[in-house]
Amino acid sequence: MIRVSDLTVTLDRAPVLHGVSFEAVTGGWLSLIGPNGAGKSTALRAIAGLLRYAGTVVLDGMDLRSLRARARARAIAYVPQEPLLPPDMTAGDYVMLGRTPHLGYLGMPGGRDCLAADDAMRQLDVARFSQRRLGHLSGGERQRIVLARALATEPSVLLLDEPTSMLDIGHQQQVLELVDGLRRSTGLTVVSTLHDLTVAGQYADALVLLSDGRVAAAGPPPAVLTEDLIGRVYGANVQVRTGPDGRPVVSPVRKGTASL
Amino acid sequence: MRKAIALGLAAIFLIAAAGVSAFVGAADLSPLNVAAALAGKIPFVHLHSGLSQIDSAVLFQIRLPRIVAGALVGGLLAITGAGYQGVFRNPLVDSGMLGASAGAGLGATIAIVYLGGLGPDVVPVAAFLGSLAGVGVAALAGVIGTGRGPQSGAATLLLAGVAVGLFLTAAQTYVLQQSTQVIQQVYQWLLGSLAGASWQQVTEILPYSAVSTLVILVHARQLDVLSLGDEEARALGIRPTVVRATVIAACALAAASAVAISGLVGFVGIIVPHVARRIAGPSYTIVLPLSMLGGAGFLMLADTLARTVVAPSELPIGVVTALVGSPAFIWVLRGTRAVGT
Repeated sequence: MIRVSDLTVTLDRAPVLHGVSFEAVTGGWLSLIGPNGAGKSTALRAIAGLLRYAGTVVLDGMDLRSLRARARARAIAYVPQEPLLPPDMTAGDYVMLGRTPHLGYLGMPGGRDCLAADDAMRQLDVARFSQRRLGHLSGGERQRIVLARALATEPSVLLLDEPTSMLDIGHQQQVLELVDGLRRSTGLTVVSTLHDLTVAGQYADALVLLSDGRVAAAGPPPAVLTEDLIGRVYGANVQVRTGPDGRPVVSPVRKGTASL
Repeated sequence: MRKAIALGLAAIFLIAAAGVSAFVGAADLSPLNVAAALAGKIPFVHLHSGLSQIDSAVLFQIRLPRIVAGALVGGLLAITGAGYQGVFRNPLVDSGMLGASAGAGLGATIAIVYLGGLGPDVVPVAAFLGSLAGVGVAALAGVIGTGRGPQSGAATLLLAGVAVGLFLTAAQTYVLQQSTQVIQQVYQWLLGSLAGASWQQVTEILPYSAVSTLVILVHARQLDVLSLGDEEARALGIRPTVVRATVIAACALAAASAVAISGLVGFVGIIVPHVARRIAGPSYTIVLPLSMLGGAGFLMLADTLARTVVAPSELPIGVVTALVGSPAFIWVLRGTRAVGT
């Protein structure tokens, strides 16, 4: 379980997060939602240890501040919204970089590391790309390779910043289903940001709605994705229905327009 | 597998380049006799080379130390270029960056102009110290120039290096302009030459070369991680600033060692790593050793050209590498743009 308490982050002297608290259960999927600039990505980066923060982030009873950088990196894998992919690097070499936290400062990957990398590539069905250059992969293939690199670390928490923003609807579903399958089969805890509210409600089992760096609402999707809350926080006019899976479907509605 | 083949080919290239350099020269030594004389130095091999005493001295006291110095300088320049390219994530960075060449130039010029009375050995020492000081000042300027933005660290350092380089070059030009009678001597040094290479020089520089090369080589994996960007490197538990500072320090020492032997030799640090990347891919675990072997072979051949094309006089080796290097550099630029689009 990962417990974030009173997380406060200031960037360039401007406060971005003010005392944000939430919990993600082991094997669960928690998604941060909220308007642009609400502090979703900042929260993920703070949990990944990339920003100075006040408050605590506790993973399975351990305060992450007490961990050394490598130990933290072994426990938490972070996938940024737009990862830098060296175009000439092969997919296999790239995935192997996910083993970095397991190697000593001057260590080289051994058999155990190759196994973990191969395993990650098999889980994401990208083993056949291993010799391909990153620059030659399609958007969907790239996103799977990036996830494979994160899984090669064998983390207990996977942080995903807008994992599907560059993908079409089919590849979005494919990637999110893969992540969902992994967390159900391996007990991986997923904390993501997602801007598509319907998608967030379909995959996450807990949502935290951020607004101006504060938690505006938190809970299971039906409790957070309400017309009233979305209207207030996003300033958006939406209709929320219950989809065939019992989860909310959020549709934008234009005010005062005639129907077709 | 591809990496092993590339390393094997580079080793063969190095040996072939050494052979060509040993056999070709102003003194007309028969290749057969040279081979016999060299084989005779191998323990338990007793061969009579047929070389006269003078020929033997030419081979072992003039040609061989020069070949070894060429290999050393070429290897150092190429691995330094590759190391800097990894640190700055920029394939167009050279071993003379960060004020290294400009500092060496200023050091050597000051030595020639003001310290000429102390003998010829003072120039390499001054160049060595000037090169290190140049990088030191550039690094300091970079640290001061980098405000709070963690991302901009590498770019700021590179820009600070350009500024410091221009400053030191201006100072060097001024010193030189004050004493025009040594202009030829200074230019001869600036254009690079291995003509004065001796076993003593090689052994003096060897410890610095060995330590710096080793440090750069063992950071190959860290440089691969840095290619993902500072933020992802940190998320993987690497401290980019520590890696960068360590590799820059080692590269500065390697470049200073090279410059002390040969003066300024450009382009090796750009062309060789680029070719290495084309052959074996971008991973520094292969680019670094391949550059070292390739650079050593390349500079031996360049020096063989420098000392034979207009024999008995010589071309500056910096001119030879630049004549080969400039067209190659344009090729690098073209390739880079193609990747970017």
